[in-house]
Amino acid sequence: MSFWTNARRAVLVVSVLIGCQILGLPAAALADADAVRAKIEALATADFAAKEAIVTELAAMGDAAAVPALRAFGDGDLQLRKSDGKVVIAVRDGKVYKASDPITGEDFGEVDRKLLDKIRVNNNLRRAVRAAIGSLTLLSKDPEIRRQAAESVLKSRDPSAIDTLDEAIAAETEADVRLLMEQAKAAAVLQTDRPAADKLAAVQVIAARGDQEAKDILAALAASADGDVKTAAAEAIAKIEQSLVLWAAVQNVWYGLSLGSVLLLAAIGLAITFGVMGVINMAHGEMVMIGAYVTFMVQELIRTSAPWLFDVSLLIALPLAFLTAGAVGVAIERGIIRWLYGRPLETLLATWGLSLILQQAVRSLFGPTNREVGAPSWMSGAFDLGGLTLTYGRVWIIVFAIAVFALLVVVLRRTAFGLQMRAVTQNRRMASSMGIRTTWVDALTFGLGSGVAGVAGVALSQIDNVSPNLGQSYIIDSFMVVVFGGVGNLWGTLVGALTLGVVNKFLEPYAGAVLGKILVLVFIILFIQKRPRGMFALKGRAVES
Amino acid sequence: MPLGLGRVGVVFLVVLAVAAVAVPVLNLTFPPQSAWHVPTTTVVLFGKYLCYALLALSIDLVWGYCGILSLGHGAFFALGGYAIGMHLMREIGSRGVYGNPVLPDFMVFLNWKELPWYWYGFDHLWFAVLMVLLVPGALAFVFGAFAFRSRVTGVYLSIITQAMTYALLLAFFRNDMGFGGNNGLTDFKDVLGIDLQKDSTRAGLFALSAIALGAGFLVCRAIVSSKLGKVLVAVRDAESRTRFIGYRVEHYKLFVFTVSAMMAGVAGALYVPQVGIINPSEFAPANSIEAVIWVAVGGRGTLVGAALGAVVVNVGKSWFTGALPELWLFALGGLFVFVTLFLPKGLLGLVRPRTAKPAAAVDEPPVEAPERRAAE
Repeated sequence: MSFWTNARRAVLVVSVLIGCQILGLPAAALADADAVRAKIEALATADFAAKEAIVTELAAMGDAAAVPALRAFGDGDLQLRKSDGKVVIAVRDGKVYKASDPITGEDFGEVDRKLLDKIRVNNNLRRAVRAAIGSLTLLSKDPEIRRQAAESVLKSRDPSAIDTLDEAIAAETEADVRLLMEQAKAAAVLQTDRPAADKLAAVQVIAARGDQEAKDILAALAASADGDVKTAAAEAIAKIEQSLVLWAAVQNVWYGLSLGSVLLLAAIGLAITFGVMGVINMAHGEMVMIGAYVTFMVQELIRTSAPWLFDVSLLIALPLAFLTAGAVGVAIERGIIRWLYGRPLETLLATWGLSLILQQAVRSLFGPTNREVGAPSWMSGAFDLGGLTLTYGRVWIIVFAIAVFALLVVVLRRTAFGLQMRAVTQNRRMASSMGIRTTWVDALTFGLGSGVAGVAGVALSQIDNVSPNLGQSYIIDSFMVVVFGGVGNLWGTLVGALTLGVVNKFLEPYAGAVLGKILVLVFIILFIQKRPRGMFALKGRAVES
Repeated sequence: MPLGLGRVGVVFLVVLAVAAVAVPVLNLTFPPQSAWHVPTTTVVLFGKYLCYALLALSIDLVWGYCGILSLGHGAFFALGGYAIGMHLMREIGSRGVYGNPVLPDFMVFLNWKELPWYWYGFDHLWFAVLMVLLVPGALAFVFGAFAFRSRVTGVYLSIITQAMTYALLLAFFRNDMGFGGNNGLTDFKDVLGIDLQKDSTRAGLFALSAIALGAGFLVCRAIVSSKLGKVLVAVRDAESRTRFIGYRVEHYKLFVFTVSAMMAGVAGALYVPQVGIINPSEFAPANSIEAVIWVAVGGRGTLVGAALGAVVVNVGKSWFTGALPELWLFALGGLFVFVTLFLPKGLLGLVRPRTAKPAAAVDEPPVEAPERRAAE
């Protein structure tokens, strides 16, 4: 019984996959399709022996277009429409039958049962049909179809596919598809009553796969088998479980790093304005928002006037966002903050007021709703790495965050401007005496911090809603990161952001997203009690002021 | 002068007393068409402002006199509001939509079977009122004890108070906290068997708010004009020096922070029955910062100025959001910038110029000078 359901499921999966495939067939294949159609039409009138011959011929033609029709034939859904003598796939749907073309899948609408004549099938034929479908897909010219076929056999563990698989493995040229076929064959072998040695070898092949699917197969085996095979299966399951736990941990770390890189991007500009200059910039989040809106405007411009540039829209937006946010930052420093140096609480209030003004300005200009920022092609999609699925967007954001961080470290450590900046923050009067224009350095430093926030906005526009409230959602997190990492220390910000990201993601499975976040906040509050100046505190007299 | 109230303080108390009597009388005794009639909407609106004024007063006590800029006072305000809101929920009894005599509607909706333990006792008003004082007070005490002992000061303290209210915001949004989640507590019917919607109740709540504000003012005044208050000012102006002289700075700070949180809780408790709802958005960090700007507008370290600032800014807000909703945030943001840059002493600084008698010097400490020196 289970044998039959398995087999039918296998055929179903394969044919659905193939069905998707044939819709995209090029026109050149149409001649083949006609030949296939002729064979299928012939099924209607042939006797059982002739039908078997036709099925074999269809398999020999090697055209996957025949698969849906064969599947329907095996399931007893291939029927003759009496009105025009046409062969259709008619699937019962309640009281009526839904008819469709056996090759193109074109919908013919509902047909009454009386107008249909079922093309009869027996067990012998069903076996032939399954073999034909297996060889049509497993021996297909398209490696993607072969891969999908192998995967569906792996899921169904259908022993009748073993012979076809052997043939396919021998002919296979692509290593990963062959591996998949071998695993499929091993899964099928475990369903047969072959000698224990064969089964032990199959267990090894499955165990090497090492994922949830492999664990399920082996668990089913451990329940039914006995002797050596049972122990081997149990051992393999233990090993797989271990590696699955490991992969889950790796995945958490990855998600954590991904979140951490977002935090890093949001906080790194603040690490300069707050950490280096000691200015509480509550409008920092709005600099991020400005960067995101610059991205939106660049994309709009590209959409209307130069669509072919869309893939590089983010690269164009980066310098523009830096300049725009940086210019706003310099204006803020010159206009407001320079009057408030040494009065951090007043600075906090004034910049909060600024953030309200900037938010409302953006709301008036662009409207209160979310704006659509698209992802370029190189940022969409995903790839597998071991037991992980990584999306390109996240990978790029991590890379980008690290790049921005490295660039800033270089600017601060290796350039004349960085040297002046550090000199002014460490001893303003002495720096001034040495001929450094401290007011200029102040303005440019603030501009740099704001510009970096704008650049972060370009990246964050890819993963967050671009709305006037964008900045608000990051401001508290950013301050937490900077304070946690240690004020005045870029490395502290890096470690702080990544730590908070990873801790957050490890808490989430146990506590839920919101509670996890609350716990992190409480943790930071307690942490600040213990180390009021963060993880990597500056030492020396400068700290006391 | 008695109690060291100062001329402005006396005027303030007299105005409050007159309002507490006159507004309810004008509202209740004159028919609506009379020119003397004060509409109920106005009574409710100004009742709200008085609660805000009490909140501003509590912030001024810690910020203006002790230099603690709390960006989390909205949390204490909201906790006081939730405490009284829980009592009002229990008062609904079986008149709720689901008619459950014990469980509030949202708990029935969420399929809760029995009342969580922390809701016990809230069916008594005296217990709720006690909690209005104790819950914010306890939170402030624990939070302050940690923060002041480890000498978290200045901006760091501001940021962690902000983190505190943000954490509470997130927590109260959760449905399984048992405080109504997103929707909060609402649909209140009556208090002590008196209908909350009736004009006389609203007028009574207005009078109560005015009395609470006056009482809060007297408490603050008593604190700041005592010897303790002088130490607080010393802490504000030169914390290390005060410590070196031998004062336990953290004890003083903790005391004033806790008292201030309780006052904020009372303000929230009077606010909720007047607006008829309390939900987690009251915990939003933006609310707390907005309350700080009321103090700055009115005049930091003046008490009366804080209350005045709260009323002025909120009257402005009501007018703006009605007439020019687009421009309100511009106005509020501009106010933040303008006041910090050009009005460091607030509105009261305009009417009380520097040339005032030396006796008033306690009220006008040199705010900027020490901090500036410290930064150099």
